[in-house]
Amino acid sequence: MQYASAESPFIRFNIAVSMHNISGILLTVSYLMFVIGNLTTGNGKYYRQRIKGYLAEVLKQARYYSYGMFVGESAPFKINEERKFNPIQKLTYILIMYVAMPFIFITGWALLFPEFIVTRLFQFGGITLTSIFHAMLGFLVSLFLIIHVYFCTIGHTFASNFKSMIDGYHETHN
Amino acid sequence: MIKRLISGKQFYLAAFIGILLVFFSVFSVVSQEKAPQLSEESQQCLNCHGGAHYTLSDSTSGDEVKLSMYRELRVDPLLLAGSTHGNFKCTDCHSSDYEITPHPVSVKFETNYACIDCHGGDEAYASFKFETIEEEYGKSVHAQMLGEDFSCWSCHNPHYYKLSGDIPIEKRVAVDNEMCLQCHGNQIKFSDLTERELPILIDKHDWLPNQALHFRKVRCIDCHAEQNDSIMVAHLIKPSSQAINDCVKCHSTNSILVTSLYKHEVAQQRNEAGFYNGIIMNQAYMISANRNYFLNLASIIVFGLTLLAIAVHVFFRTRKSTSNASK
Repeated sequence: MQYASAESPFIRFNIAVSMHNISGILLTVSYLMFVIGNLTTGNGKYYRQRIKGYLAEVLKQARYYSYGMFVGESAPFKINEERKFNPIQKLTYILIMYVAMPFIFITGWALLFPEFIVTRLFQFGGITLTSIFHAMLGFLVSLFLIIHVYFCTIGHTFASNFKSMIDGYHETHN
Repeated sequence: MIKRLISGKQFYLAAFIGILLVFFSVFSVVSQEKAPQLSEESQQCLNCHGGAHYTLSDSTSGDEVKLSMYRELRVDPLLLAGSTHGNFKCTDCHSSDYEITPHPVSVKFETNYACIDCHGGDEAYASFKFETIEEEYGKSVHAQMLGEDFSCWSCHNPHYYKLSGDIPIEKRVAVDNEMCLQCHGNQIKFSDLTERELPILIDKHDWLPNQALHFRKVRCIDCHAEQNDSIMVAHLIKPSSQAINDCVKCHSTNSILVTSLYKHEVAQQRNEAGFYNGIIMNQAYMISANRNYFLNLASIIVFGLTLLAIAVHVFFRTRKSTSNASK
């Protein structure tokens, strides 16, 4: 939708709009299930983080990803029942799931019902600003998707993290 | 001892409200528009033609009769006064024989002026390009199919015509569409001109998603007429089979609406970077016409850097795994 042009139609425009809108609605439902799940089951504990000393943890993990893993260092934060995510994972997941996604849903639903959007903000159209914000966040989440899938390949083997996503088990190798 | 009737805060609040009231009342008086002026001769004609009824009197017998003025012969004085030609005398365009009442049959043979008869070759209104409009109209489906049965006056009411000026887009769309709908939405007027059955517009536009929204925000002529860059409003209306039905013609960065509906705004503000959609963005929102130059650039750079970083990482991983394998 962002890149629609008369010269190179990848998907027909009205089909693209419909697919996008329907996906958005389904995603909202899925997200609500996630939020409720995190509140009611034990999974929520993995999304809570103590701020004190957090930056040091993140930097430690970043060092491992950018240098340590190439010189034979072992991963600084082991995955176990108490820790599902390493610090960088946790940071990005919290930002995506609890900051970016809520705003995407709010702006997305507002664009489905544009009569509720403020008409003008300073000299800019309200709907325009909402849509730019929606697209920007969408871009950031798409970027996250690519990085996320890539990092998935940095497991014990290429496919082990993908297997974990499906069967829910993390295999420890010492 | 003087008793304080109201506190200091209450006094200042009352003073503030008082000043606001004075300000708004002055403002509303000052902003009243000047009443439009009709010529004296026109007012004579409007004595009968300006209302629903007129009185005919027989000067010999003294009889008087009240008759109804047929709708097609009525001219609303207020709308006339507000129109572009409102201060003209009726006889500036109509035969001077109309000064005789009851009107003699000679008036039936009067010349009916078209826009070009006065404005053609007129230096003062050269910017409107009346000759080009006449030319474009001549090629239109109405001129081709209806010939003499159709003219400028079929769409533009000569007595009420006025330039829309700087009105909001939605108002402009409504005004322009009314012109089309007076026949294409009216069984009686449509059948006056053709034996074809009046097409049901809602059914004909069934393929258009969000139909009602489109009808409010885009004019008929934005899809049904061929644009000409030298005139402000397209007059070459094409047969419906040739209408635009490709969503992406408008819903893209190079939206054709920039050359039609938003032509006026574009002429006023040009964007040097080439992304004219800035004009559209602040008047109305269109899916996929909202690409902003700087955001576009930023997103390409960020995406490129990410891919680069991943490529570098992959490089080092492959090197490590091949060196591990060889150990």
